[in-house]
Amino acid sequence: MAYPYVSDHEVRVLSRYFGDPAQRRVDTYVERGGYSALKKAFELGPEKVIDEVKASGLRGRGGAGFPTGVKWSFMPKDSSKPHYLLCNADESEPGTFKDRELIRWDPHQLIEGCLIGAYAIGAKHVYIYCRGEFFEANSILARAVEDAYEKGYIGNDIMGSGIDLDLTVHQGAGAYICGEETGLMNSLEGRRGQPRVKPPFPAAVGAFGMPSTINNVETLAAVTHIVEHGGEWYRQFGTEKSPGTKLFCVSGHVNKPGNYELPLGFPLMQLIEDVCGGMREGNALKAVIPGGSSVPIINAEEAGRCTLDYEGCVDVGTMLGCASVIVMDETADIVKQVRRMVDFYAHESCGQCTPCREGSAWTAQILKRIEDGRGTEEDLDTLMEMTQQMVGTTICVLSDSVAAPVQSSIEKFRDEYLALIRRGERVGAA
Amino acid sequence: MPEMVTLTIDGHEVSVPKGTTILEAAKSIGTEVPHYCYHPGMSSPAMCRLCLVEVEGAPKPMPGCVTTVMDGQVVHTQSEQALKNRRGVLEFYLVNHPLDCPICDMSGECNLQDYVHAEGREHGRGREPKRIFGRDDFGGDVLFYGDRCVMCTRCVRFMSEVEQDHRLTVVERGNRSVIDTFYEEGLDGTYWHGNIVDICPVGALVSKEFLHKARAWDLTHTPSVCTGCAQGCNIDLHTRDNLVQRVKPRENLDVNAWWICDYGRHGYEWMNRGDRLEAPVMRSAGASQAMAWGDALRALLAKADGAGPVKAIASAKSSNEDLGALKRLVDALGGGDIVYRSARADDEVPLKGFPTLARRTDLTPNATGADLVGASRVGDDDATGGLDAVSGHDGIVIVLNDDLSDQGEDFGANASLFVYMGTHASAGATHADFVLPISTHAEGEGSFTNLERRVQRFAKAMDAPGMARPAWLVLGALAAETGGGDAPRSAADAFAALGRSVSAFAGITWEDVGTRGALLNESVSVTGD
Repeated sequence: MAYPYVSDHEVRVLSRYFGDPAQRRVDTYVERGGYSALKKAFELGPEKVIDEVKASGLRGRGGAGFPTGVKWSFMPKDSSKPHYLLCNADESEPGTFKDRELIRWDPHQLIEGCLIGAYAIGAKHVYIYCRGEFFEANSILARAVEDAYEKGYIGNDIMGSGIDLDLTVHQGAGAYICGEETGLMNSLEGRRGQPRVKPPFPAAVGAFGMPSTINNVETLAAVTHIVEHGGEWYRQFGTEKSPGTKLFCVSGHVNKPGNYELPLGFPLMQLIEDVCGGMREGNALKAVIPGGSSVPIINAEEAGRCTLDYEGCVDVGTMLGCASVIVMDETADIVKQVRRMVDFYAHESCGQCTPCREGSAWTAQILKRIEDGRGTEEDLDTLMEMTQQMVGTTICVLSDSVAAPVQSSIEKFRDEYLALIRRGERVGAA
Repeated sequence: MPEMVTLTIDGHEVSVPKGTTILEAAKSIGTEVPHYCYHPGMSSPAMCRLCLVEVEGAPKPMPGCVTTVMDGQVVHTQSEQALKNRRGVLEFYLVNHPLDCPICDMSGECNLQDYVHAEGREHGRGREPKRIFGRDDFGGDVLFYGDRCVMCTRCVRFMSEVEQDHRLTVVERGNRSVIDTFYEEGLDGTYWHGNIVDICPVGALVSKEFLHKARAWDLTHTPSVCTGCAQGCNIDLHTRDNLVQRVKPRENLDVNAWWICDYGRHGYEWMNRGDRLEAPVMRSAGASQAMAWGDALRALLAKADGAGPVKAIASAKSSNEDLGALKRLVDALGGGDIVYRSARADDEVPLKGFPTLARRTDLTPNATGADLVGASRVGDDDATGGLDAVSGHDGIVIVLNDDLSDQGEDFGANASLFVYMGTHASAGATHADFVLPISTHAEGEGSFTNLERRVQRFAKAMDAPGMARPAWLVLGALAAETGGGDAPRSAADAFAALGRSVSAFAGITWEDVGTRGALLNESVSVTGD
């Protein structure tokens, strides 16, 4: 099965074998050069691996964009406690579907990255926390891990190096908040999936109370190539501050939605027009959410100025997040879209912190009332003020994610809210 | 000496040991930062988000309950940002709160009421229908009003961390989160669960026994000591209409911290008994005559003269002062044996998360005091028997605060003088020459000595019925008349007299004991407040 849409603009590093089921087999993977990066890492030693990743400028692909090499260097060097590497494969941000594809098409690339990461931070055990709903990805990954154990790429004395590394795939049970790093740790340990108070940070007290590092699937997959080809090689893609390639998950009203691997810094409009074949039925662009539902919405004018790197998105008042580009055309009903997003967050709030537990559900109720034509203009002020109380006041950032679409949409699409409030008139058809 | 850290809170410089949290540091200078989930006896999940304070240089408001102090830190608990945060969080609390204060048992002592009144918005903006959880019987003495819950999880943490019996949990998530029990098991069969009603900051967990019995503002709180066992837990008696309405723990980190067991919590009804002895009664030639105290005591002294050796029954439920006065009277009358009986349980009921606290096997509050004045324990573990030597004694028999419930009407039939001092009539007192009404510990001042030899004071919570008087007053007057010296006019006098006559109590003053108690045989006096 060929992958649905590809584009000449793509730089396919991580997604090179997307659409090729043979890549899932360990033999094919090794024939194509697989597990040589792991061997190279063992030769370099942990320090040099971290240096190489630092040199590459790789930034965490889970959303926050924190430099991966720096994160690894936080791990205690002289601790006698066991260390853990956790791979966050609980991909659940609405609009995101890159990790699933990385696991489905190239599981060994991820496994190799995990092993390199574990080796670099002094961990003996890797846990891949895979989203529960990814049944196919889970079975492919489980099969790949089994094969890798059999061929001696995981386990004791890997490739005769004398190094022992273990890897466990843990299947989640379907909570968005378990993708938050400390919520994931709680869930992995068998507790309620609730984020933990920081400090202490995971590098000091993480999974099972031990020093832990947690990385996104795409980050660890990229590590395989960085170690293979060197940090400098990776910097040929992308921008100075946001080096490398990135998988963009484009969904919404474009002609060719899908996963596209592009160098960071790629212009948003070029992504929509050239890569994705333009807007559906030639409609006008209305709004874009460039980084998954947790980031502020931008309008067409801002989209025109936006480049898809960490800095370029901040410049137009949003964030790159995990690069899940949701495109909406003129027919989109912004109020409804925002309400649906907030419904999602209200449903997924773990319920620990009061502003999030009560605020997200209250926000959803008010939005529903506005959508039903029973809102008032004061409701907009209430929403703006009340969601502001949800920013930076909670343990994790889920409640900030409620505030982002609400505040940005009221600022940029106030007319749509007012139209519903004043005349009960729906904008758009969706 | 721990390492000290100096920081500034609301413009006041404060030095506290390293590792102290901002909330505790603020408390040390008298600034109470509003909070729900924080409780000093348990872990802090930092989830209520009410104690967020502004820390200069920090990008976000910080939870005071888990943020530890740093040298040179500048903290604002009353700044515009801090107040705005609290106003915001309080509004979130009210989105689904039923505001049923008029019928809520917690009303008047509710932290949500207090905080909103002090710092909340004047008018709510919520227009949406409220979430409804309804009520649930949690078993034991606890009723759960889900709609009032602020989801602080103190109750869940008490059961898991302090009682260490995981009976409660949070089920569901988001704003559907609710406290629940496992299956139908509930709290039945746990012995400390009453504490979750105390630590619930709102009216979500209420006591079935106290339900709709009294309003918080009508209750008078009197510091007292639990009489349920030898632990001597510090409690407050909450009274209205001269009746104890409920018992609440009183914080004392040396004894019971914030907790009391359910036996002690519910063991107060006896203090409210109505059928009390109310007047001194003299019996002669089969006739009973109520009389004034002065007349009764004069008649008693006249009859005691030359009546022979004394055998006395004391009680481990009596105060140190009562026991000391009895001892002085017995000595003044020529000396004699003092015995007491007390109930004992087979096993302790420990509070696992607070190892120095347990419902002790000794089910009386002052066996230590009785032992120290030289009384010896007789009888069985259910406080019966052991009185054969006294029952047929032909000299003076004095019974203090032992209801002789297992004794027949022939008890003391041979006594030359039989004085029964008690709170209730008893068949065992049929032959008593004098029946003298005494007050309970709730009706006067005094002190008990607990099993670790800590003397603890209790105060007067209610009026004694009729002419009932404290036993130390009666016995002290009789001892003074017989043996010389001054009669004690207050419990403090009686305690001082005890110190003079019983060496174990020497060197401690009434003020030393204060509200926190003082250990015997310690030269360093403990400062009361």
